[in-house]
Amino acid sequence: MQTKIARREPLFHISKNDAMPFGKALAIRICAILAALLVVGILSMILIKENPLLIYMSMFEGAFIDVWTLFQNTALLLIFGLAVIPAFQMKFWNLGANGQVLAGCLAAIACMKFLPEKYPEISNTVLILIMAIASILASCIWSVVPAIFKAYFNTNETLFTLMMNYIALALVDYCVFTWDKTGSGNLGIVNLLNGRKGWIPDISNKYILSIIVAVVLTAFMFIYMKYTKHGFEVSLVGESVNTAKYVGIDVKKVIIRTLLLGGLICGILGFLYAGSVSHTINKEVGGLGFTAILVAWLANFDSLVMLLTSFFVVFLDAGSKYVSTQFQLNSNDYANIVVGIIFFFVIGCEFFIRFKIQFNNKKTSNNERVGE
Amino acid sequence: MKKLLALVLALVMIMSFAACGTKKTETSGSDLANVKVGLITLHDDSSTYDKNFIDAMYRALDNLGMSKEQLVLYTGIAETEDCYNKAKECVNQGCNVVFADSFGHEDYVIQAAGEFPDVKFCHATGTKAHTVNLPNFSNAFASIYEGRYAAGIAAGMKINEMIDAGKITADKALMGYVGAYTYAEVMSGYSSFYLGAKSVCPSVKMNVKFTGSWYDYDKEKAAAESLIKGGCVLISQHADSYGAPEACEAAGVPNVSYNGSTKDVGPNSYIVSSKIDWAPYYEYMIKCTAEGKEIDKDWTGTVETDSVQLLEINDAVAAKGTKEALDKALEDFKAGTLKVFDTANFTVGGKKLDTYKADVDTDEKFEKDTEVITDGIFEESKYRSAPYFDVEIDGITLLDRNYG
Repeated sequence: MQTKIARREPLFHISKNDAMPFGKALAIRICAILAALLVVGILSMILIKENPLLIYMSMFEGAFIDVWTLFQNTALLLIFGLAVIPAFQMKFWNLGANGQVLAGCLAAIACMKFLPEKYPEISNTVLILIMAIASILASCIWSVVPAIFKAYFNTNETLFTLMMNYIALALVDYCVFTWDKTGSGNLGIVNLLNGRKGWIPDISNKYILSIIVAVVLTAFMFIYMKYTKHGFEVSLVGESVNTAKYVGIDVKKVIIRTLLLGGLICGILGFLYAGSVSHTINKEVGGLGFTAILVAWLANFDSLVMLLTSFFVVFLDAGSKYVSTQFQLNSNDYANIVVGIIFFFVIGCEFFIRFKIQFNNKKTSNNERVGE
Repeated sequence: MKKLLALVLALVMIMSFAACGTKKTETSGSDLANVKVGLITLHDDSSTYDKNFIDAMYRALDNLGMSKEQLVLYTGIAETEDCYNKAKECVNQGCNVVFADSFGHEDYVIQAAGEFPDVKFCHATGTKAHTVNLPNFSNAFASIYEGRYAAGIAAGMKINEMIDAGKITADKALMGYVGAYTYAEVMSGYSSFYLGAKSVCPSVKMNVKFTGSWYDYDKEKAAAESLIKGGCVLISQHADSYGAPEACEAAGVPNVSYNGSTKDVGPNSYIVSSKIDWAPYYEYMIKCTAEGKEIDKDWTGTVETDSVQLLEINDAVAAKGTKEALDKALEDFKAGTLKVFDTANFTVGGKKLDTYKADVDTDEKFEKDTEVITDGIFEESKYRSAPYFDVEIDGITLLDRNYG
C-alpha cells in the first residue's frame, strides 16, 4: 500500500482477480444460472401463465426430443468455436468465422453442382475430395487476407474480418441468383433428385460424421494449444507482441499461420455443411459464427470447456424453441427472450469471477491511517 | 431421466386424449381424434405471410372440432436442414401429417417424406410433387390470379374515376407494381392484376419494379416511392411487408394490397386486398389423413372452395360500384364463364399468343415441357398447383429484373 492516501476514497474499487479457486468460480456460475432460471420462471409465469416447473420440464424434454440433432448442432457450434480459438488466444479478434464458412461451403456447393454436369463420369469419391479441397482453399483465402493485412499493414482485424463476412454474403446471394434457373432465389437441396452426387455417405446415420469431426478437432486443438511450440507462440504473441519479438518469434508468421489454421477448420466446416448437413447454400447456412464467439469467450478459449458451453447454448436454443411450440405461442419471441436472459446472467457472472470488488469501508481506512 | 420423460409424455398424451374426448364430434370424429398435424413456418406471426398460415390452421382445427393439442407448430424455421430436422421432430411427436409454408422448405420436406413413408407431407407454393412422385408428398396452392384479377378490376375502376374527375388523362393511366422476384408466381400475379384493370380501363399501362426479396420493408417502400415518382397513379404489390402501403399513404396514392388488409396503415389509400385462405386446404388435408385417403399431388384452391378471397373494401377510397363489380367477377369465376388468361385479352410483342410451352416439370433440365394453351385459354394452375404463367405481355414494362 502506498503511504499517502486520499481523504475521500471511492466506495469500492475493482481489481483483476487471477486466482479464484475453481470451486468458488463454479459456485458463482451455478448461482448465476439459478438466478437466471428464477427470472425466466417469473417471466414465463407472466407471459405464458403456466407453472414454471412445467415450462422447465418442457424445455428439457424439447432439447432431448431429437438427441442426434442436439449432438450434431453442438458439434457444429463447437467446430465454429474451435476455428476462432487460436486467433482469439492471440488477441486477434476474428469476427469472420461466418464468412469463412460461407465461402468454403459456397465453393464446395459450386463443385457439387457443376462438376457432375460437366463430367458425368466423375466418381463420388473424387468429387467429394475436390469439394473438400475447394472449401478449405476458399475459407483459407477468407481468413488469410485479413491476417496478411494485419501482419504487414497493421489494419484493424475486427473490421476487416467483419467486412469479409459481407463480401461472402453478397457473393452467396449473387451465385444463388445466377445458378437458380427458376428465378425464385432459392437453390434447394443440391442433387437431391440427381443421385445425391457429392453427398458424403452416411456412417450409420448422417449425424455421426459431424460429431466425429468435432471430437477429433477438439482433441487436436487441445494438444496444439497446450503442448506444442506453435501453441506457445500463439499465447506469447497474445500476451505481448514485444516480448514475442524479443525472444525471436516471427510475429507476422505466427499471425498468418494461426489464421490459416482457423481458415482450415472453417473450410472443413463449410465442407461438412455442403456435403453432409445442408447440401445447399443460402445466407442462413452456417450462421453460427457469432454464437461461436460467445461460446469461445464463455469457455475462456479452452477447447475442452467449450464442449460444455456449446452444448449449453444448443440445449437452451432447442429447449426454448420447443416451449414456444408446446405452449403454441405462435412466435419466436419467447425463445429469444429466454436465451437472452440466461446469457445475460451467465456472461454477467464472469465479471465477478475475473475481477475482485473491494469495498473501501472505514475499517481498512483506519488501519491504513495507523500505518501512516 | 428416461422414466421421467416417459411419464411426462404419457401425461401429455392422456391429457390430449381427454381433451379430444370432450369435444363435439362429427361423423368422422373418431378418426379426426387420431390426427396430429405439424405446421412449419418460415417466420412467426409478425410476418403477414406466415400469420395467414398460422391463423388459418387454428380456424381449420376449430371447424373440424379438433383441439389445439392436435397441432405441433414450429415457427421461425429457416430454409435449411433445420426444416428437415423440425419435420422429423413433428413425426417424433406423433404427427401423421406435416405442412410447411415456405417455397424454400420444399426440398427438406421431400427429404423427410422419403424417410417417413407412413406420414403425409404437404407443402405450400411448391412445384415438385408431380415430378418426384412420392405417394406421401403433395403440393398445394390457390388460383390467386383470380383474386388478383378481381382486385385489378377495383384498381381499374379507381383509375376510371380519376380520368372522369379530370385528375389525369386516359393516356396517363399508369399503375405501378412492387414485385419480389422475376418468378412465375409473381409474374402470374401482376399479369392477372393488370388484365383485371385493363378489362375496365383499356388504356391502362403498368410499370413493375423488383426488390429481390420476399420481405424487405425498406426496399419495398423505396420501390413504391420510385414508381410514384415515375408517374404511377396507383400501386399494388407482391411482397410481404407494409413498405409499399405506407409509401402510398404518405404520397396519397391509392393502393391495392395482398394477403391481408392494410387499411390500418393506409386509411386514405387502401382500396381492397386479395388473399389465399388456407383453411379449406388444411381441412381437406386433415380429412384425407383421418380417412387414410391419398392427398391430391397438386391441389389448387379456387373461389369455389373459398380459398381465394377478397378482403374488406375501403369505401372511402374505392370507386363507386366496386363491391358490385367484384361480386360479379367472383360469381363469374365460380360459374367458369370468366377466364383470366384468355388469349383474346392480351398480346405478346403485338401478336396473339396461340401456343406456349411452360416449364411445368421441375427437373434438372429446366425445359419448357408442357403446352398450356388450349382453345385460346392459357390454363394456369391446371398442370400443377403453383403458377407457371411467366409470359411478358404488352402493356407491362419491367423496369428491372430480380434486384431493385
